[in-house]
Amino acid sequence: MSLLEIQNASMQFGGLKCVSDLSFDLAENELVGLIGPNGAGKTTVFNMVTGVYPPASGRVAFDGVNVSGQRPYRITGRGIARTFQNIRLFGSLSVFDNVRTACNMHLRHGISHAIFRGRGYHDEERQIRAHVLELLGIFGLLEHRNRPGKSLPYGDQRRLEIVRALATKPKLLLLDEPAAGMNPSEKVNLMNLIRFTKDKFGLSILLVEHDMKVVMGICERIIVLEYGRKIAEGPPAEIRSNPAVIAAYLGKEGE
Amino acid sequence: MKSLNPKLLLVLALVLAAVANCFSPSLNPYYYDILITIGINIVLAVSLNLVIGYTGQFSLGHAGFMAVGAYFSAWVTLNFGFVLGATTPATVAVYVLALASGGLVAAAAGLLVGVPSLRLRGDYLAIVTLGFSEIIKGVIQNAEPLGAQRGLGGVVQHTDIFWTFSGVALAVYGILALVHSTYGSGFLAVRDDEIAAEAMGINTTKYKVLAFVIGAFFAGLAGGLYAHFKQFIHPEGFNFLKSVDIVVMVILGGMGSTAGVCLAAVILTILPELLRAVSDYPWLPEPVRNLADNRMILYSILLIVLMLNRPQGLFGKLNFGSGKS
Repeated sequence: MSLLEIQNASMQFGGLKCVSDLSFDLAENELVGLIGPNGAGKTTVFNMVTGVYPPASGRVAFDGVNVSGQRPYRITGRGIARTFQNIRLFGSLSVFDNVRTACNMHLRHGISHAIFRGRGYHDEERQIRAHVLELLGIFGLLEHRNRPGKSLPYGDQRRLEIVRALATKPKLLLLDEPAAGMNPSEKVNLMNLIRFTKDKFGLSILLVEHDMKVVMGICERIIVLEYGRKIAEGPPAEIRSNPAVIAAYLGKEGE
Repeated sequence: MKSLNPKLLLVLALVLAAVANCFSPSLNPYYYDILITIGINIVLAVSLNLVIGYTGQFSLGHAGFMAVGAYFSAWVTLNFGFVLGATTPATVAVYVLALASGGLVAAAAGLLVGVPSLRLRGDYLAIVTLGFSEIIKGVIQNAEPLGAQRGLGGVVQHTDIFWTFSGVALAVYGILALVHSTYGSGFLAVRDDEIAAEAMGINTTKYKVLAFVIGAFFAGLAGGLYAHFKQFIHPEGFNFLKSVDIVVMVILGGMGSTAGVCLAAVILTILPELLRAVSDYPWLPEPVRNLADNRMILYSILLIVLMLNRPQGLFGKLNFGSGKS
C-alpha cells in the first residue's frame, strides 16, 4: 500500500489554476522528485499535502487516512514533516531550541507538568534533550547548538531545517528546494545527506528541486509538473529522454 | 537543570516576602504604597509579557482583565467575608479564595478574547482586545451591585507585602517555568513563525488562547491584590490608559525578557513619583512642573526614543537564568 496518495487534487487561487487534477502516490521508503518550471505548482502541492491550503477538490490520503482539509499541525502529527523553500527557522531561538520545539508534539505531559515540574517532567525533558543532541550530532550541528539558528551559514540553516523536521519523527519528509543557494560541493554533500537521512530513519522523501543534477542523482522516480498538470512520471533516465519534459523544461538546454 | 532549582527559588522568594512583611509597620506609608504598587505592576507586566512578548499577540486590554479580577474578588470578600467567621484566619482564607477566583474569572474572560484572536493578528487583534476591555468597563459602570459609576468601596484591606510579592513570585515563576519548558516552547514558536510552528505539529490556536488565558489569570490576580489594598475600586481605574501603562512596561523592558519587564515595571512605577518632586521647583516652566500628571507625554517620548535606538527594549535579552544547553 502506498504511504501517500493524491487523487485528482486541484487548487486554484482566483482564476489561476495552480494544480489541476493531479494524482500520484508514494510508496514507503521511496525517494521521489517533483520537478517543473517556475510556477508549475510544486510548492502548492507541498502546501496541499501539509494542509497549509486544503485542496479545492480531490483527496490527499496519508497512511490510508484522508487528511485533506485537516489543520497542518494535525497532518504533522500523522507523520508528515517538511522544510521550507524560504527558510523558516524560529528566528529568536537557538539551534537547540529550534529542534526542541519540534519535539513539542510528542510530549506525554501537559501544561501543569511544565509549571509544577515533578519527577516526570525532568525525565521527559532529559529524554528530549538527549534526542535533540543526538540528532544535532548526526548532522554535525552539535557544536553550534547554543548559537541563534539564524546566525548559521546558509547551508547549515537548511540542514537545521531538516533536523527540525526529523525531530517530529515523520514517516514522510517533504523537502522544498533544499539545494537552493548552495555551491556544487555543498550540493554533493546535500545529496549524500538526503540519501543518508532516508536510510537512517527509514523515511519516504518527496523532493522539490530545480537543480537537475541533484534530482537526477538521487531520486528513484520523478514526477514532472507543468502549469499544474502532471506531464510525465518515471525513473530519471526515462524522464531525461521524455520529449514532453524536454519541450517543457529542459528544451532550451538542447539535451 | 544545571542552574538553581527554580522551585527552591520560589520558596525562597515566598520566605523573603514573609520576612519583608515583618518590617512593613516601620515603613513610611508613602513608600509602603509605592512598594505594593510596584509588586502589582510587576504581576501585570510579566503576565502581559507572556501574551505580547513570548507569544507575539498584541493586546491592549490587560486592564480589562485586571478589572474583572478586582471586582470579582472584591465582590467575594464583601459578600462572603464573614461566611467562615470573623477570625483572622477565616477572613484571610476568604481573601485567598477571592484572589484565586478573581484570577479564574479573569481567565474565563481571557478565553473569550482569545477566541477572536484565532482569526485576527496585529493591529486588528489590538483593537478587539481594546474593545473588549472597554466593554468590561462599560458593564461595570452600569452594574448597580458593583457600585456602577460611584465605584466599589468598603473592601477590607488584606493585601500586604507578603501577599503582593507572593503573587509576584508565583507569576514570575509560573511564566518562566512555562516558557523554558518544551511545552512552553510552543509560545515562542507561534511568535517567531506561525506557519513553521504548525508544520512542526504545534497547535497554534491552542497556544494563542492559552497565552490569553494565563495572562488574564495573573492580571485578575493583580486586580484582586489591588482591590484589597486600595479598598476602593472605580471603573476609571481600569481604563485604556492603564492598559497602555502596562504595554509600555513590556515594551520598555524588552518583549520576551521577564527580568527586563520586571525592572521596567519598577522604574515606571517610581518615575511618576520622582516627577512629582519636580513640581516643587517654582523656577521650572509650568509644563515641566506638571510632568507627573502628564506622564503620558513623557512615556510617548521615551517610547519613540527607545524604538529608534533600542527596539529590543531597555534590557533587551536580559533574562533570569538564561538557558544554555
